[in-house]
Amino acid sequence: MNLKHKPLLAALAIALLLLPFATDAMLGRGWVRIADFALLYIMLALGLNIVVGYAGLLDLGYVAFFAVGAYNYALLSSPQFGLHWPFWVVLPLGALLACCFGVLLGAPTLKLRGDYLAIVTLGFGEIIRIFLNNLNAPVNITNGPQGISMIDPIRAGEFSMGGEHQLFGLAFPATHLHYYLFLLFTLLVIFVSRRLEGSRIGRAWMAIREDEVAAEAMGLNTRNIKLLAFAMGATFGGLSGGLFAGFQGFVSPESFSLMESIMILCMVVLGGMGNIGGVILGGVLLVLLPEALRNGAGPMQQALFGKTLVDPESLRMLMFGLALIAVMLLRPAGLWPSTQRRRELSPDEMISHQEQDTVYDNSK
Amino acid sequence: MDILLQQIINGLVQGSVYALVALGYTMVYGILGLINFAHGEVVMVGAMVALAVSGMLLAAGLPPLLVLLLALLVAMAVCMALGYAIERIAYRPLRNAPRLAPLITAIGVSIVLQNLAMIFWGREYHAFPQLLPGASHGFGGAIINDVQIIIIAVALLMMAGLLVLVHRTRLGRAMRAVAENPSAAALMGVDINTVISVTFMIGSALAAVAGLMVSANYGIVHYYMGFLLGLKAFTAAVLGGIGNLRGAMLGGVLLGLIESLGAGYIGDLSGGFFGSNYQDVFAFFALIAVLVFRPSGLLGERVAERA
Amino acid sequence: MPYKHLPLAILFAAVLAACGKSGTPAANSSAPAATGATSDELVVKIGASAPLTGPQAHIGKDNENGTRMAIEDANTKGIMIGGKKARFELLSEDDQTDPKAATIVAQKLVDAKVNGIIGHLNSGTTIPASRIYSDNGIPQISPSATAVAYTAQGFKTAFRVMANDGQQGKVLGEFAAKSLNARKIAVIDDRTAYGQGLADEFVKSAQANGAQIVTHEYTTDKAVDFAAVLTAIKGKKPDLVFFGGMDPQGAPMLKQLRSLAMDVKFMMGDGGYTPKLIENAGAAAEGAYASLPGVPLEQMPGGKDFSQRYQAKFNQPIQLYAPYCYDAVNVMIAAMQKAGSAEPAKYLSELAKTEYDGVTAKITFDEKGDLKGGAITMYQVQKGKWMPLQTLGGSAPAAK
Repeated sequence: MNLKHKPLLAALAIALLLLPFATDAMLGRGWVRIADFALLYIMLALGLNIVVGYAGLLDLGYVAFFAVGAYNYALLSSPQFGLHWPFWVVLPLGALLACCFGVLLGAPTLKLRGDYLAIVTLGFGEIIRIFLNNLNAPVNITNGPQGISMIDPIRAGEFSMGGEHQLFGLAFPATHLHYYLFLLFTLLVIFVSRRLEGSRIGRAWMAIREDEVAAEAMGLNTRNIKLLAFAMGATFGGLSGGLFAGFQGFVSPESFSLMESIMILCMVVLGGMGNIGGVILGGVLLVLLPEALRNGAGPMQQALFGKTLVDPESLRMLMFGLALIAVMLLRPAGLWPSTQRRRELSPDEMISHQEQDTVYDNSK
Repeated sequence: MDILLQQIINGLVQGSVYALVALGYTMVYGILGLINFAHGEVVMVGAMVALAVSGMLLAAGLPPLLVLLLALLVAMAVCMALGYAIERIAYRPLRNAPRLAPLITAIGVSIVLQNLAMIFWGREYHAFPQLLPGASHGFGGAIINDVQIIIIAVALLMMAGLLVLVHRTRLGRAMRAVAENPSAAALMGVDINTVISVTFMIGSALAAVAGLMVSANYGIVHYYMGFLLGLKAFTAAVLGGIGNLRGAMLGGVLLGLIESLGAGYIGDLSGGFFGSNYQDVFAFFALIAVLVFRPSGLLGERVAERA
Repeated sequence: MPYKHLPLAILFAAVLAACGKSGTPAANSSAPAATGATSDELVVKIGASAPLTGPQAHIGKDNENGTRMAIEDANTKGIMIGGKKARFELLSEDDQTDPKAATIVAQKLVDAKVNGIIGHLNSGTTIPASRIYSDNGIPQISPSATAVAYTAQGFKTAFRVMANDGQQGKVLGEFAAKSLNARKIAVIDDRTAYGQGLADEFVKSAQANGAQIVTHEYTTDKAVDFAAVLTAIKGKKPDLVFFGGMDPQGAPMLKQLRSLAMDVKFMMGDGGYTPKLIENAGAAAEGAYASLPGVPLEQMPGGKDFSQRYQAKFNQPIQLYAPYCYDAVNVMIAAMQKAGSAEPAKYLSELAKTEYDGVTAKITFDEKGDLKGGAITMYQVQKGKWMPLQTLGGSAPAAK
């Protein structure tokens, strides 16, 4: 890392540390909770980024790994089976389990390309959700659509993150504690992503993304490398899922619908595929935007027309959809694309023509 | 035996519904290589417009069949305009963009259409008036009604019509040329933009037909109906080999049959462990099995290893 | 890694957040902003949450309407709480039927310092949100969540004015097996927390009363085609079909049932008791049964008046749970009056001791916060209208 960025990074670190208290004071605790979710989604988006952004494999069922992590936590630390395993066992186990599911998904899809891969991953996501939703009979495992409630909060010894704590003379409510925990894990995920990006494996993923045949001709074992992408991406998803279950205290299959997968994909693409900073930006924006619109839509109408013409809540998702379209039209490569991709895309006419051909080529 | 026959009929009807929507998907995909995720919402808009128009005309006292025809025409016109607008606004500017960019705008369009429909037509489930004859026919112990027969017929007719259009007309040749190689087609004097616009409008007109048929069959219209329908149709199109018109029909019918036979017999087959709740799992496993052996769907051409 | 864009990104996020801030207080309040508040006026904020977008938005809006009406009524009546004139404000939020959004909304309502919560609509949103209300000591009355788990968590703040799945499923099963004399019953559920919970309780009760469950089939809450499961059921020749689900599926299911020439009795829970079911199923709805907790509105004091005023105000008939929301608000206000305070900590104990004659039933809570007694009325579609058949279970209601 460059030395001249140091002051900037220090400022950023302080800002991130103070964020929950500042938000709580200015906007209310609801926004701290939103920040917590933003961090969870950043982890998810970074995980999907490995599959979609680095390896170029379109995955529409990513939420399945989130679900695996969440249900793993819920089953092993709740009254459902009377198990109350500590989180440092359950969280890594969830990540590992998700990793296995990643390989399980990857294996039959190795030969598939583009949109065929998309539909199979979509199907995989739905299959996991349907199983979670129905495994309450004949043997009750997941408690079916009722979901699992009373999940243990994340705790270490006597220190439970479910309640408020006094530390250093400051009151830390549950939302704040989770913020710091999630921040820690997010930093870990960012660190791993960055290391992977520059590594042999990362370069192999990008080689596959750019041209699988050429990559194979260069002696890359494309099968293993693709499986590794699925496995790594899934691991992050499982980790985030476990944290989600501990935070919410309740999981039900409703939280793992196809729409969630699509939203995570939007974060990756809208932010800037393959670029960690862009993906983080995408995650933050797509979590904040609908919430900001929740409060913004009503007053904005008041200001524009002097009265509320349409229910603010109907307008909220409408504006969200419009924002998705507008951002992609204005910045087709994402808000903050990776420099490498940008170099490939814009200045060279030839390459953009090649890209154009790939859009059409899928039909053949 | 009559139960099995009935399940096959159920599957055929359901499958034809999927095929109706899948044809529109595949039409656009065949030319552009783009999954038009908003297609399901266009179907919904078609159904909603048809509902609004037929409500007005029935109140004016017109005979049902005339109402049906007028509602269909208006719905097709509206959907064509909508399809044109979607392509112009959300897809055309992104033709040179990375492959996933139009996917995101498609999702955006889908959200926008859904919420616009919610604002215009309300949150309720609307009853769709009975415009088609609804008489039932006994048939070897099974039952099929007129609307269902019409749906199967319309799906087949539409597929045939599209095949003729694509393979026997000048426009069709232009479409195929654009699909093959857009730059070369442009050099040969094909107006790519017009061809793509027209393709979208045809696809959207098909969506209007599908919307009307679906709502006539189930008698219910709702602003959220497009999502699931679009998803199933997309699955059907991929199963058959996306981009291939016959494949869309075959994939639709197969998916319908798999679903209905799955729902009907999965319980008996698995000794009661699985039930009709695993109907979609069954369908997706079938899809995965097909794709493992034929990575481009049943009738899709082999994807060339891109070099 | 180019970090030079980061400040820009942070700025963008900050702007977004600030834009959110502007509307936070009193978003959606039904009364004019607190400009005219005087010192002897007490502002009481009632939070409400239900899905206002998505597939169940029509029922969510109905909930909001019922809550709104109760609040406006209270404001016209001029309620005194602890010697001060109370002015009630409604803060309504969309939970999108999403458990995650529900907890965000819950935290926001807590931030806005609401005095009580009416919500949520679904069990899947009510349960995770209830933990946040409980942590902050804010009383919550759900008008429509029926999952047994909601009040079984041991939260002192959780109440409901709706019979739970156990109470309702029991009555439904008894009615099917005894009153309708059904011997062979087929069950369908929509795999939602509501549909599955109710169907399972129904099965237990029907079996206990001597009926046989010939098959249990499934659908989803987004499906419109039920031909396959209905055909499978047809092969089992039941004399009654029970569907655990809501009216958007119930209506087309009824139509398809009849077009498959299945002449069987059809029964649903409260999710079927809507004018929409009859409107959307048409002639096929004739003879269908459904239940609704409480006593028929027409038989309750103020019930008829309520439904007429609702129709006039919102230009549509009551969809489903609006009367329960109306009752929930009034129960809350009555407890505040008794306690002489709108402080959650002060009126919570009064809420637990509630005895209130609402438009749906006489409302008292048991030690868990469930509706005590839980009278349930069975209805049947007769000549295109829901007609009450009999009121079962629970203590005899105070119908006058």
